[in-house]
Parts: sequence; structure tokens; C-alpha cells
Amino acid sequence: MSAEYNRGYLDMELLRFTTAGSVDDGKSTLIGRLLYDSKAIFEDQLESIERASLKKGEEGINLALLTDGLRAEREQGITIDVAYRYFATPKRKFIIADTPGHIQYTRNMVTGASTANVALILVDARNGVIEQTIRHAFIASLLQIPHIIVCVNKMDLVEFDETIFENIKADFDKIATKLDVHDIRFIPISAKLGDNVVDRSKNMDWYEGPTLMYLLENIHIASDINHLDARFPVQYVIRPMRDEYHDYRGYAGRVEGGIFRKGEKVKVLPSGFTSKIKSIDIFENSIEETFAPQSVTITLEDDIDISRGNMLIKEDSIPEIGQDIDLMICWFNEKPLILGGKYFLKHTTSDLRCVIRDVKYRIDVNTLTNDENNKKIGLNDIARITIKTTKPVFYDSYRKNRLTGSLIFIDEATNETVGAGMII
Amino acid sequence: MNQYKINHLRELEAESIFVIREVVAQFENPVMLFSGGKDSIVMFHLARKAFWPARVPFPLMHIDTGHNFKETLDYRDKLMADTETKLIVRYVQDSINQGKAVDETGVNASRNKLQTVTLLDGIEELKFDCAMGGGRRDEEKARAKERFFSHRDEFGQWDPKNQRPELWNLFNGKKHMGEHFRVFPISNWTEMDVWQYIMLENIPIPSLYFSHEREVINRDGTILAAGEYVALKEGEIPQKRIIRFRTIGDMTCTGAVLSKAGTVEEIIEEVAATRVTERGGRYDDKRSEAAMEDRKKEGYF
Ligand SMILES: Nc1nc2c(ncn2[C@@H]2O[C@H](COP(=O)(O)OP(=O)(O)O)[C@@H](O)[C@H]2O)c(=O)[nH]1
Repeated sequence: MSAEYNRGYLDMELLRFTTAGSVDDGKSTLIGRLLYDSKAIFEDQLESIERASLKKGEEGINLALLTDGLRAEREQGITIDVAYRYFATPKRKFIIADTPGHIQYTRNMVTGASTANVALILVDARNGVIEQTIRHAFIASLLQIPHIIVCVNKMDLVEFDETIFENIKADFDKIATKLDVHDIRFIPISAKLGDNVVDRSKNMDWYEGPTLMYLLENIHIASDINHLDARFPVQYVIRPMRDEYHDYRGYAGRVEGGIFRKGEKVKVLPSGFTSKIKSIDIFENSIEETFAPQSVTITLEDDIDISRGNMLIKEDSIPEIGQDIDLMICWFNEKPLILGGKYFLKHTTSDLRCVIRDVKYRIDVNTLTNDENNKKIGLNDIARITIKTTKPVFYDSYRKNRLTGSLIFIDEATNETVGAGMII
Repeated sequence: MNQYKINHLRELEAESIFVIREVVAQFENPVMLFSGGKDSIVMFHLARKAFWPARVPFPLMHIDTGHNFKETLDYRDKLMADTETKLIVRYVQDSINQGKAVDETGVNASRNKLQTVTLLDGIEELKFDCAMGGGRRDEEKARAKERFFSHRDEFGQWDPKNQRPELWNLFNGKKHMGEHFRVFPISNWTEMDVWQYIMLENIPIPSLYFSHEREVINRDGTILAAGEYVALKEGEIPQKRIIRFRTIGDMTCTGAVLSKAGTVEEIIEEVAATRVTERGGRYDDKRSEAAMEDRKKEGYF
């Protein structure tokens, strides 16, 4: 490990993944195993869980203890919120959105899934595909996580039997045909013993696919981002109050889709004015082109009035513009959604308000059926609704772009984030 | 399409810059906390990048325990002058003089916990509605569930059970009068990322991070700088050692490591090989398993 390692490190890609599974399927053990086998665990952390394992009277160290967080939860032996974990191999840096839990599960998984490239779905080999598995697969599809890896865990408890694995695979595939998922892989593992997690299993010669770590390190994610439809929501306007940059007016923001090049013509929404890109600046450097997910500052040839919430686009791809929006939502709050109620919205960099016009149906996430009779939307419910906004929104369908197609609902009285929306 | 991708450091950088700009867009009177440690140095560097060619549009605030290494203060003052940044300093000693905080006594005395009082007073006095901090989620178990935008009630307290869900890159900074936010722009960075980025961007850091000779004592496995603020226990004799610091803060509880790393490259190699967390070297965190969590609920950084 020397200079080469350092250079390698600079070439690493970032991969975000989320984990889903019912209680006791082995999520914590699996994450602990990934951290442990990739040497992301430090001696003092190891000592601390050894102490904790001993206290609980367990033999050996319990890898699951590595990943549980707050003390109250630790004491109750449950985890109830999204926690983020980090590890790296020479190829990639990983961010895990660890979303275990019970009642608030859907809300947690949706939150973790919103930024994930990959979903790991755990299935207990003894139980096979159960209602919860359907729910997890559905959420992964609803949130458009580009890749799903189904880990069939506890293979050691079913004598590493190939038929059991194949049957689970077939059952899962049946559900997947009803969903909008594109890339599903299956791996038979034992999180506890380590089979096919980082090291190849000696107990399952019949399995010829990659280990979980190999997949995480190599799955192709570069084309998950939309590089076709140029979208640049203006976040902040930079006007330096200093002599040498007297006339500088820069539009700061993060590219949320497509590619912008110096000299190209851009259109400003909502005003409709057009201009050309004069420069693309990152600190003291100017660059020729920029793409998602870079944060840059763009200057234009013409002096036009642009503020936060406006969007720069290119005329070859105009987003939808409208006030009546059809979307899927997941509700996060004990206070149910109010039909006709008003909420604050955040969409890209704009703040606006909306009224809930209609609830079309609620989805029963365990059976994947639409319920048009029960329109009461409460905590953890998923539904299709329509809203009307106070001003025009420039958006894409969530399928086309996860960033310009998503929004959050905020309660006007409590300021809490009460729901997430994916535009259809 | 392969050319259209960026490495993980650039992606983390873009995310942090987005968060810092979001703070300036959403809050009226934000402040950035600055300790002189490498995390706050990186955070401040990101802030400069976020607003260039304008100056950073908010002040920095240093909560001074009075137990600082001189190198840290010299570094801080030079950086502020070079970048024309406004610095506010609030002293833990003032809180003690006002009777709002009581100095711990005895051999393990530390002012880390007292910083909270001074910090909350500073926020109230100067009417800041958002304080950005350099906390990272990989630092400690209790931080793993912290949000980028962390809501605090009118007493500055954090309620881990009632956090706002954070999705995509939509950050909800709405609040009522008297409440404020803590924002952690480098939440997703690890210690390794911070060092790699310092190397990538050539960011100057205080000399304490590099190997040097210093009088130290070894207390229950933690190497502490022998100085006027560390009371010696019976039988403790300061000895000269070649060391460097992995974190720098209050002299009374900042642990050093024996090290010959004299450049950022060498530090990176050392971090890659090391098997103890940064906080493993912090004496005050060792006092109790849940020490950090308790401090956070009270409004610690
Ligand atoms: N035999 C066996 N037990 C496992 C395996 N993975 C997890 N377990 C056990 O299953 C129980 C629940 O695991 P845990 O990781 O806490 O599940 P979680 O609730 O999904 O986080 C623990 O007793 C684990 O030791 C496995 O691959 N094989």
C-alpha cells in the first residue's frame, strides 16, 4: 500500500446502496460482514462490540452489533431510523443507507432508496419470498433504484441447497414482471459464515455467479445518470462585491441532468429568454463542459434577470411545464394526508405551495393491488394523487430524471417533512 | 458516455458545495463553526469554492476552550486574513466567569463539554439561525443517523426520534421563531476522504498534524501533550516522543499517535494502515460508551 494505492484511491467511484429485509433476515449481520471483511472496522470498535457481545452472553462477536446506533435503540435491541455507514475498497467508496426497523419501515426505506444506485434485498432461505419481500421490491421499483441484488441469506440453514435458491429466484422473478425494474441479480449467501459475501463459498459449487462484494465493486453505474436532458436549477446568484469582479454575475447550482458546454445556447425558465454560456466556473478554474452531478457556477453572455428557482435548459429538450401534477406519494406522518389540504412543496431549488386535488387510489404494498375505495392516506401509505400548484413547475417524469421528477411535502403548521412525491 | 463521470472525492465535493449554498439560500443569518481542525479547514475550503469569486458570505465562529495549541491559533488567524473572512471568537472562559459553566477539576478535567454552553450562547446572542459544523457520520455511532440539515428546538437540543426524513437533494430548513439548524456539509466524508482531498487540493494544514517531537505523557493508552493544562497524575513523567495528532482540539483530551508521517502522502498511508478510529484517541469519548450521544442531545457540535 503506497503511492499506487493513493493513485488508485483517486480513481474510485462512489456507490450508494440501501439494504432491505424483514426483521431477523440478517441485514445487520450482512453489513457487519461487509465492513469486517473489507477491514473497515477498527480495533476500538471491535473491542467495544466484543464487550457488548459478552455482556449479552453471546459466544463470539456478534457482527450485527456493529451497525446499531443510538443508545435507546441499542437497549431495546431495535433500530428505527436510517443510519449511514461507510467503507471503501481500492475500487469504490460505498455509502450504505441502512434502513432496518419495524413500523416506520416504509418511510425509512423510501428515504434510503431515494439516493441509492443499488438495493440489496434480503430473503431468508428458509422462508422464501414473503409479503415483506414484495413490499421491498415494490419500493425499489417505485423509487427507481437502477439495480437490485437479491441476497438469499442463511443458505447454511438449508444445507446450501440449489433447488431452494432456484425456487426463490423464480418466485421473485414472478413479482418483478409486475414492477418497473431493469436489472436484478441473485446471490446465495450466508452472512453469518461469510459465504459469497466477500469470499467465494466452498459450500455452493453449483453457484457460478459473482460474490456480493464483486458485484458491488463492478456493477456498471456510470450510465444511471441522465446525460441527455440538460437541467440546471439555479440555486443561488453570485454577485461579488469586489472591484476586480465588478460585473460578474454567476448562477450557482448543481447540474441535475444532461451536459452544458461553453458557448452553447441556453433557455431560462420560466422567462423564456435565451442566451449563451460565457463560462463554467469551479473556483479559480473555468471548464469547457459540465454534467450531473457537478456543482458549478455558470455565467451568461447577456444580462438577464435570473433568480433561485429558475432553471437553465437547452432547447433540444424542454421539460414539462404545468400546475396540475399527477404523482405517486409516500406519506411520512402520523397526521394523515388531507384531501383539499394545502402544503408547502420543495421541488429542485424552488419553494412553492400546493393543494391536494384528488386521491386516485392507495396501493396495498403487500399484494400490489390498487385500492380505489380506501382513500385515507396515513403514515407509510403509498398512493397516487393529483395536486395543483401555486405557480408553474418545470419537471420531468420521475422515471426520466429522479431529481427533476421528485418533490417533498411540508406541513404548513409544523414545518415537518410529511411526504415524498414521484411525478408520473 | 464513460468520460462523463467523476471520482468519489469530486462527487463528495459537489454534494458539500450544494449543501453550503443551500444554507445561504435558505437561512437569513448562518455561521460556520471553525475549530482549526482538518475537518473545519476542509469545510471552509469548500465554502470558498462554493461562492468564488465572491467572499464567503457568512462569518466563521470559533468556540475557544482556552486550551488551544498555539499552532492552531496562528494558523487560524493567517487563514482568516488571507481570505478576508470575518471571524467571531467566543470563549469558554467567559461562560465560566459568568457562572454559566463550571470547569471540571481533577486530573481528567476537560472543557469539551463546556463548549456547548458557549456555543448556544453565541448562537443566541448573535441571532444565528443556522450553524454549519464539520461533523462526519463515520466519526461515531451516534452520528450515523444525523441529517445534513439537523433541526434544533428553542433549547438547541437534538431529538434523535423526531428527525425530518431527508430525500434526494431536497433539504427542508423551515423553522419557527427561536429554533435553529445545525448543518453538516461533510456528513458523507470519511477520515480517509478528508486526507485524500487535502492532498488533491493542496490545502495547507496546521503543523500539529505532521510528525514532530514533543513532551507527552501516556495516560491509559492515550498519549497527551504535556502542557500547562494537563494536570499530571502521580507517577506520570513527561517524556519526549515523535508524535503527530489525528485530531486537534482541546489540549487536555486530544490524543496523539506515535508517528513519523511528515507529509500528507505519508499520513494517508498511515491512515490506510491504522486500526484505531480517530475518536479512539480522544480521551473524553472513552469515558463512557454513550458519551458522544449524551453530548449531542444537549446541543454539542
Ligand atoms: N445461520 C445463520 N444465521 C444468520 C445468518 N445471518 C444472520 N443470522 C442470524 O440471524 C439473526 C438475525 O440477524 P440480524 O443480522 O440481527 O438480522 P436483522 O434484523 O435483519 O438485522 C442473528 O441471530 C444472526 O446471527 C446466516 O447467514 N446464517
